[in-house]
Amino acid sequence: MNIDSIKDGVVIDHITAGKGMKLVSLLELDRDDVSVAIIKNVHSRKMGKKDIIKIDADIPVNLDLIGYVDPGATVNIIKNSVLAEKKTIGRPKVLTGVIRCKNPRCITSVEQELKHVFLLRSDGYRCMYCETKAAEEQ
Amino acid sequence: MRSIIDVLDLSTEEIEELTACAQDIIANPDAYADVCARKKLATLFFEPSTRTRMSFEAAMYELGGHVITMAGAASSSAAKGESVADTIKTVCNYVDIIAMRHPKEGAALVAANNATVPVINAGDGGHCHPTQTLADLLTIKLEKKRFDNLTIGFCGDLKFGRTVHSLAAAMARYPGTKLVLISPEELKLPSYVKRNALNPAGVKYTQTTDLEEALPELDILYMTRVQRERFFNEEDYLRLKDRYILTAEKMKKAPEDMIVMHPLPRVNEISVAVDDDPRACYFKQVLNGKYMRMALIMKLLKEAGKI
Ligand SMILES: [Zn+2]
Repeated sequence: MNIDSIKDGVVIDHITAGKGMKLVSLLELDRDDVSVAIIKNVHSRKMGKKDIIKIDADIPVNLDLIGYVDPGATVNIIKNSVLAEKKTIGRPKVLTGVIRCKNPRCITSVEQELKHVFLLRSDGYRCMYCETKAAEEQ
Repeated sequence: MRSIIDVLDLSTEEIEELTACAQDIIANPDAYADVCARKKLATLFFEPSTRTRMSFEAAMYELGGHVITMAGAASSSAAKGESVADTIKTVCNYVDIIAMRHPKEGAALVAANNATVPVINAGDGGHCHPTQTLADLLTIKLEKKRFDNLTIGFCGDLKFGRTVHSLAAAMARYPGTKLVLISPEELKLPSYVKRNALNPAGVKYTQTTDLEEALPELDILYMTRVQRERFFNEEDYLRLKDRYILTAEKMKKAPEDMIVMHPLPRVNEISVAVDDDPRACYFKQVLNGKYMRMALIMKLLKEAGKI
């Protein structure tokens, strides 16, 4: 895989240095059927150091998850070797199925197949059901 | 389909509308005796709360409606492991409106998201209990004739007391509200309640551990009980539960027109001798709760086009 020339795929750029590996794991990109390059500690004028993930396959990525882990990251969609779309993620207003509510008194702890949903409030993410605050992402 | 999960689901205009309706019910009960004729309320109590269930059932009967109930979680579908969603989808086939109590926080939202009839949250764990707050609000309206410019002292367990969080948030919407937060250090109002409900509204509040010192400036004293089930260790519970006991002696320091409220049941935090004081309003709150439940049932059934 030539990491500079992706034909159809996704480049996640401006990742805070050190979070690249974690994102690969959370996005479940560590699989057998997709070429993925993680480039660590790339020199960046704005950020000092950054990580980059290049995915050489036209697969959907969970933007909410990227925004939750690293809101400053940008996602570039490459189609036919040209940049088709560039998205700055930011912090998503709603996180569905990204993190789990840890409150044992919350209905999500017992209700069958209920998706865990978190809403962005003034002080961070809170469970839509019980208002419990999500643990801060490190 | 409109459901009521949290008291803040109702605007201040709607609170006015509901309290006005309740006052009209009090003045003309006969005019409401058949409003909900042939309509059915289901009371689904996944955990026991006899007083809340009876209040809803009395409310529906006084509107001329019927009640079917699922009391006793041990014998119910929940004990067999059925989800809230499935129970609600089943019960919606039988009734026009549902009042639900559940031990898990957020259960009422799951119910509302799966219902084809209005759901009223009759308490979901330590989370919300909007009809208790509606009872509190009607009591304030009837006794103080206004919602604005009131100084309310909350006393006791302000950390876990959901009725406190809910009433504080509801009163924060009115101009001139001042709160005096009276509690032991361990049971102070959580900072997220201050940050989310009080600070954005610019509500002034002071914190103290001294009930007697706070009494002279209050329009309303809202007492709460310290709940045993909130403590991991019995020692802490026993130490904190007797911290504030309102007595007839202490009431001498309170203004003549201050009212005493309590969501009931009480343990020992208000001496029985205070019951005879004309300022004691906690049994009136119980009755007011029934009137507000009547007003809310009617409002939701009207909005759903059922009456
Ligand atoms: Zn939760």
